Amino acid sequence: MAKQDFPLIFERSKEGRTSYSLPDLDVEDIDLDEEFEDEYIRKDAPNLPEVSELEIMRHYTGLSNRNYGVDSGFYPLGSCTMKYNPKINEDVARLPGFTHIHPYQDPKSVQGALEMMYDLEQALKEITGMHAASLQSAAGAHGEWAALMMIRAYHEANGDHHRTKVIVPDSAHGTNPASAAVAGFEAVTVKSNDEGLVDIEDLKKVADENTAALMLTNPNTLGLFEKEIMEMAEIIHGVGGKMYYDGANLNAIMGYTRPGDMGFDAVHLNLHKTFTGPHGGGGPGSGPVLVSEELAPFLPKPVIVKEDDEFKLDYDRPQSIGRIKAYYGNFGINLRAYTYIRTMGAEGLKKASEYAVLNANYMMRKLENAYELPYKQHCMHEFVLSGKKQKKLGVRTLDIAKRLLDFGFHPPTVYFPLIVEEAMMIEPTETESKEILDEFIDVMLQIADEAENDSEIVQEAPHNTIVKRMDETTAARKPILRYSPEE
Amino acid sequence: MEFRYLPMTEEDKKEMLNAIGVESTDELFSAIPEEVRFKGELNLKPPKNEYELMKELTEMSKKNINLKEYSSFLGAGVYDHYIPSVVDHVISRSEFYTAYTPYQPEISQGELQAIFEFQTMIAELTGMDLANSSMYDGATALGEAVNLSADYTKRKKVLVSKAIHPESLAVVKTYASGQDVEIVEVDFKDGVTDTEALQEALDEDVAGVVVQYPNFFGQVEPLAEIRNIIDQQKKTMLIVSANPLALGYLTPPGEFGADVVVGDTQVFGIPAQFGGPHCGYFATTKKLMRKTPGRLVGQTTDENGVRGYVLTLQAREQHIRRDKATSNICSNQALNALASSVAMSSIGKYGLKKMAELNMKKARYAKKKFEVAGIQVLFERPFFNEFVIQLDKSVAEVNDALLDKGIIGGYDLGRDFPELENAMLVAVTEIRTKEEIDQFVKEVGDING
Repeated sequence: MAKQDFPLIFERSKEGRTSYSLPDLDVEDIDLDEEFEDEYIRKDAPNLPEVSELEIMRHYTGLSNRNYGVDSGFYPLGSCTMKYNPKINEDVARLPGFTHIHPYQDPKSVQGALEMMYDLEQALKEITGMHAASLQSAAGAHGEWAALMMIRAYHEANGDHHRTKVIVPDSAHGTNPASAAVAGFEAVTVKSNDEGLVDIEDLKKVADENTAALMLTNPNTLGLFEKEIMEMAEIIHGVGGKMYYDGANLNAIMGYTRPGDMGFDAVHLNLHKTFTGPHGGGGPGSGPVLVSEELAPFLPKPVIVKEDDEFKLDYDRPQSIGRIKAYYGNFGINLRAYTYIRTMGAEGLKKASEYAVLNANYMMRKLENAYELPYKQHCMHEFVLSGKKQKKLGVRTLDIAKRLLDFGFHPPTVYFPLIVEEAMMIEPTETESKEILDEFIDVMLQIADEAENDSEIVQEAPHNTIVKRMDETTAARKPILRYSPEE
Repeated sequence: MEFRYLPMTEEDKKEMLNAIGVESTDELFSAIPEEVRFKGELNLKPPKNEYELMKELTEMSKKNINLKEYSSFLGAGVYDHYIPSVVDHVISRSEFYTAYTPYQPEISQGELQAIFEFQTMIAELTGMDLANSSMYDGATALGEAVNLSADYTKRKKVLVSKAIHPESLAVVKTYASGQDVEIVEVDFKDGVTDTEALQEALDEDVAGVVVQYPNFFGQVEPLAEIRNIIDQQKKTMLIVSANPLALGYLTPPGEFGADVVVGDTQVFGIPAQFGGPHCGYFATTKKLMRKTPGRLVGQTTDENGVRGYVLTLQAREQHIRRDKATSNICSNQALNALASSVAMSSIGKYGLKKMAELNMKKARYAKKKFEVAGIQVLFERPFFNEFVIQLDKSVAEVNDALLDKGIIGGYDLGRDFPELENAMLVAVTEIRTKEEIDQFVKEVGDING
């Protein structure tokens, strides 16, 4: 591939070229401009490209060649669960009876769609051990916020207006405190202890009568199971707060334990992680919310109900937090997740978690000598290494990430969680073979060796990519966020 | 039972357990306390092989009446438009759809450039300085815009036209309640926002005013007049939710001085799919750039001076700013933004106007037909591709009978607006033929009696 910049679609444009094929005007032609005051009629056509159909395909094929997905290679991006995206899912989502249905059709004419949603909710309730579900949230952060809004509504319904605090561990995903703030809460941090787990003593100090909820990922972002979960639930419930489960890491525990059995009151899942909805280069995702019986009246509306074998949408939900998105959620992504669950069944999902955990532990043990492993216990589906040793040699974690690109791997999540210096968060997932894991391990060992003996090759990486490291400082200081022909 | 997504063999497993130094995988799960262990097997439907599952789900899909087998006049925010074939071919390329958010620019230039092009197209269409990489949908984009106006102006009240999509209004209320922002609804008159009522409600506490263009009834809001009213209050923002296809014909909100323009690009290359995933867009001014929610892609160069693209201005975002972020959004709708980019590239600079005009001309033909048939058309303002008819019977009853004739009728406005009982919102897009329109008008007339 040529190491030069790639033209923008606008730069391929030539006056007079078209690639559209619009339906005919088979009704009378009229002068539309007569109807409108002049100032409402657009004068300058927007600068969209004028290109032929082949040019479009070449352009976007070229762009796809400059991109990297799970189908391209190993993608151990921690916390993102970059597992294989099954192809039957894509085929199912493209069935005309699912693709071309309108959300406002009479429910009688979309019974298949409602049945799928109902069935998916049943499956997710079983997997999480929760009482009720809503598929309306479009992504993980959206689900977090929706659940917190429900917890807020619950406390307010009880007259508990003083519950303004949401407790978040210092190892939490950034969306947790952000969602708390957007839902009108103050985010309060609870510390982690030496084992990488929530410090119970600190939790006791932080939890009080103003606590609305604790947000927790379990296993946490270090890939460690919070084994004192029941005590934590007791502390939070003891002060009248609710337990919120961030489902980003559910891939570790399917069939082994369930948030509902751990004392959680509300859960969000990332169907685009654990349940194989493709990430799409950033979305669309789907972040259903599941709750206990107590919180169920507050679910976003409408909810799907089944009455005498007929599926209906129930809008009569007086305590609902209302709508959080138009229509009924990201149906297309939910459909892919449903297809996956139906492919795997109970046995398959449990095996998925088993192998996700096996793969992570295997890699962790193979790498713990070359890189610093801050927490020594068995991990779950992911683990976090520190690049501290390499940093002393002048090689940063960012350099290691960039060096991995030279070998055709996507790097791990880096510099997160924030509590580990020079963090590398590695999540292999269960869909990778031992051979791939071994290749990656070998490369990681080689890079550790290079850091000691040939550090420049790491510091100056990547060497083989179509572009080198980008100037992000200038990008932020003098932002160019759109193409302008005159520039 | 075999699982085709799980490559582990018994031999692999043994070697790996050995390397870890444990006897069984169960040991790896030992941190899970006994008391919270799940005993037994999850009660899920048994797994199915690929062929059987495809067959079952195909059957399930056939329980749905679909827009390709019926002729649909249902819009109300989700439209049945022509989708160029190239769109699905591009978004089916797995380098795009199996990728994560482009955190590593060196191997994500394709996605980053595609987003940069999307941002450009949206900015062009809306007449705004810049646009972000996408939002969940038009309704949530509006919710974010409302909260942004409150945050930026340090005011706690937003006026929202009742002529916006009722579900957008509902979403805005939920978003606003999280930030304790008060939503005041402004009535409509003759199918558009009542400017006198707006004038009355406007005071120095108002952070923003929200209108939809064209509005929920398909009518074109008098943006110039609305902007003039808002200008009486310093700092109050004009927030416009706009159908981007309509902007192929209508003057973009940016030219009327909108501060934020949001909407949904479902009209470009994204099928209805029961309401999602679609693709929200968010466009704004340079002044509000650093307050914009969501991902932004910026152009820069690499060490060798080669042009490229990166995620930028990330100091706004949750993974850096945590509870001080401008929004909690993380995942967006990137793949659908790509679908819309491809559709917009295909439809192109002049095709867009042609497509918008096709919608308008066919809608006007249908409107005239209804008038000739003696069915009252409400509201006499300029409109885009939707208009309202007044029936004698209930819309549900009429739609029920239409379905038997192979037609999906319009939206029942009585659901949301008690004053519009028996009123149907009719959408006519470019793919409806004269024949379909004629039949629709005739059947509605017959059923209505």
